[in-house]
Amino acid sequence: MPTTRINGRPIDVNDEGFLTVPEQWDEELGAALADLVGQPMTEDHWQVIRFLRNDFGPRQETATLRRTMTVGGFPTRELFELFPGKPAKKMSYIAGLPKPKGCV
Amino acid sequence: MTTTETPHRKLAMICSKGNLDMAYPGLILGSAALGEGIETHLFFTFWGLDMVTTRHMENLKYNPLGNTAMHMPQAPGLPLPAMMGAIPGVTRFATSMMRRQIAELDVPPVKEFLELLVDMGAHLWVCRMSFDMMKLNEADLFEGVEGVISATDFIELSEGAQTIFI
Repeated sequence: MPTTRINGRPIDVNDEGFLTVPEQWDEELGAALADLVGQPMTEDHWQVIRFLRNDFGPRQETATLRRTMTVGGFPTRELFELFPGKPAKKMSYIAGLPKPKGCV
Repeated sequence: MTTTETPHRKLAMICSKGNLDMAYPGLILGSAALGEGIETHLFFTFWGLDMVTTRHMENLKYNPLGNTAMHMPQAPGLPLPAMMGAIPGVTRFATSMMRRQIAELDVPPVKEFLELLVDMGAHLWVCRMSFDMMKLNEADLFEGVEGVISATDFIELSEGAQTIFI
């Protein structure tokens, strides 16, 4: 697994650039990751990212878009507006988590 | 970095079956494609119309008759004669079992799944010939359907798309 430097910090990532050690993440790093994929961040964006982080803790599995809606209460339409294109991947990338495994 | 935008990609799926098990390939692939930012069209034709008619969409059924790959999840080694599907009550039993298994995976039922796809930006189309043949009205259709279109319309709108027949 490669190591990269983001904001001067060594970060472990996989071939696609996703963090492999979720504990290396903090919001400052999240902001840097968002910059890297050209994703502007508002408080609405951060609420989603914080949900993903909190949900990942006990489950050790990244919430799918559906779980982000059913458990997190974020409507799918809104997630597509906040993180256009590939919302699930963008969200998990910025949150420093693996991309979701589930199909839905 | 795979989270960044890719060149415009387009997927068109022809959903021609109205059995519960055959409704899911289009729904699952559709949501996967939309989650990847792919322009996604679903064209419902023949029995597939049941997936988007309000009277039937929440009541699709499964019957194992003729399906030699049907095994009981609780006893995968148990031979299950295909003719069992002809016994009264088997459709209801097999349908409720399949619904439960789908729900256990946190995968939504057909109507809710289609609502999800529409929220994700999917385009739903109904085949004109099937619609006329089944003597349906626009009011019989799921509200997420954008229009009743001809085969030629579909060929036009699927230009440049990867097309999957289900």
